[in-house]
Amino acid sequence: MKPAVLTGEHFITGDIACAEGALAAGCRFFAGYPITPATEIAEHMSSRLPDVGGTFIQMEDEIGAMAAVLGASCAGAKSMTATSGPGFSLIMENLGLGICTETPCVVVNVQRAGPSTGLPTLGAQGDMMQARWGSHGHYEIIALAPDSPQELFFQTITAFNLSEVYRVPVLVMTDEVTGHLSERVVVPEASMIPIQNRLRPTGRKDRFRPFQPGPNGVAPMAIAGEGYGIHVTGLTHDERGYPVMTAEAQADMLERLTGKIRRNLHDIIRTDSYRLEDADIAVVSYGVSARSSLAAVDEAREMGIKAGLLRLITVWPFPEEEIRALANRVRALVTVEINLGQIHLEVQRCCGGKSPVFLVGSAGGTVIPPENILEVLRSV
Amino acid sequence: MEKSKKKAAHPLDNLLRTDRIPHIWCAGCGIGTVFSSSLIALQGSGIDLKKTVMVSGIGCSGRAAGYVKLDSYHTTHGRAIPFATGMKLANPELNVVVFSGDGDLFAIGGNHFIHAARRNVDLTVICVNNLNYGMTGGQAAATTPSMAKTTTTPMGNPEQPFSLPLLAFASGASYVARWTILHTRDLTKSIEEALLRKGFSFIEVLAPCPTGYGRRNREAPLETLRLYQERTITRNGAHPTEATLDINKGITVGKFFEQDRPTCVEMYDRTCRPSFSQESA
Repeated sequence: MKPAVLTGEHFITGDIACAEGALAAGCRFFAGYPITPATEIAEHMSSRLPDVGGTFIQMEDEIGAMAAVLGASCAGAKSMTATSGPGFSLIMENLGLGICTETPCVVVNVQRAGPSTGLPTLGAQGDMMQARWGSHGHYEIIALAPDSPQELFFQTITAFNLSEVYRVPVLVMTDEVTGHLSERVVVPEASMIPIQNRLRPTGRKDRFRPFQPGPNGVAPMAIAGEGYGIHVTGLTHDERGYPVMTAEAQADMLERLTGKIRRNLHDIIRTDSYRLEDADIAVVSYGVSARSSLAAVDEAREMGIKAGLLRLITVWPFPEEEIRALANRVRALVTVEINLGQIHLEVQRCCGGKSPVFLVGSAGGTVIPPENILEVLRSV
Repeated sequence: MEKSKKKAAHPLDNLLRTDRIPHIWCAGCGIGTVFSSSLIALQGSGIDLKKTVMVSGIGCSGRAAGYVKLDSYHTTHGRAIPFATGMKLANPELNVVVFSGDGDLFAIGGNHFIHAARRNVDLTVICVNNLNYGMTGGQAAATTPSMAKTTTTPMGNPEQPFSLPLLAFASGASYVARWTILHTRDLTKSIEEALLRKGFSFIEVLAPCPTGYGRRNREAPLETLRLYQERTITRNGAHPTEATLDINKGITVGKFFEQDRPTCVEMYDRTCRPSFSQESA
């Protein structure tokens, strides 16, 4: 039996790196449903979770998988599911329950081209807005976009840590290309991996208010069987967790759910700047498209074009400040993503007309060649 | 000065969120009876209530989780069973009770029900069957009798209902019973049995819904109870194929089926992580 953290150098796909990252982060429960191109994550978890005393279950659909993930988290296990487009749509219902009940968990979306069944075996980044707004009602969510198997390993750990700290489902928005790409992945010593766990309540059990925010806006979480006798509901509820059917209670609850994210952006948002110091054109990209963008930036520099890259590691909440700062000092921005303009809309919004924003997009099914980006960089 | 009235404590107060009473259930509704039978069974079973959770879906019966003083989870429509499955698998020490309605468990949640029964997840599933969707005002359900009138079958229900015990049996449930709210002693005993045994236990409880179902089908609140009294036949051990539910031909109640087989967690331990299960044994 192998340990949870497979310290060493590996040559593995992004999907496997993601699963190994989850195990290293302390994930001990996986519920899923087979779907290309995320199946390998479920397969790997089914063989690895028993090694560490964890549980794998293949559910009847992604609706059930997401429900089981939440149930497991409420019972105290760090839990996860992994899926792709059609399954991501089915997950949306209980994603809302996870948000409303502040239940930590991780959902991985290995994106493929849609809509509908689309191109199951070919990559895309078409679910970025669904990641933001796919469940009903108004909420804040955290979504990360890794650009390599190595980063899938680390970001899956980050996703678990953020979900535990902020008591919110965290989405890992990767894509078929990264998921199926084999690369070198270095797994550090277990002691070098930072692990964060949900804050647990202390004090008198009969006075515990399960949704009363702590100093960072997040309530400590009691898990089932500890004797707190908590009530957890997807109905609008007060700090006791009791349903209250009023506009005031709704406003208070949304303040708790959105405030804990909005007030901690400095801790949540991660971006990566490349050759931006003196750039007058900024490329904004994420995931596999950021790799094409990086190549294009280097080629542009060789041609004397002062281009740089802002890579979004956190996509949601959107790094508004970073984009605004760029808009104030570059003459143009270029969004690169494998859809026909989703994050592009956010970039445009944050620029507020201060500088033009161009899109290098794709309908999906292929990575964006650096030439396409270079062409735009040359013409701006 | 305010006079503090001393109320006599109700014997089930320790299991009730008394600060949430009054409940939402209508006059004449049968859910309260099923709920109190469940609480009496929980109390009488001797199981560790701190390690016991109630999971509900959406609907009138789904509100039970909000009134019980246990760790209680009111989930999404139809998803109580997969949520409960996650809880049980993540912490097998928990006693997990699913309390929900027929619409929740057998229409929108039907797929989850049959799969949890097939896996023999160690859950106690109590289904209040009031033959319609009560919360939304009385629409047809997967349990509504043929030709019955509801707000979405104004000319009569053209469809045929599920037989819940037969469905549970065919799907692999290891305990299957049906009672009505008039059979409170049998029902309570049945719930207690289900709580104390391993595996997927299913108990259907027929309950009147005078507001949603009764008034459109010429059943005054007491009339439904009279039908339960006159038309039910207790047949413990009857094969689930013979568990009729027909006002004219009779309503078969009883403990229909019980069989021990390894639970989902036991099979997983045995098959996938034998060293871990030995350690915990």
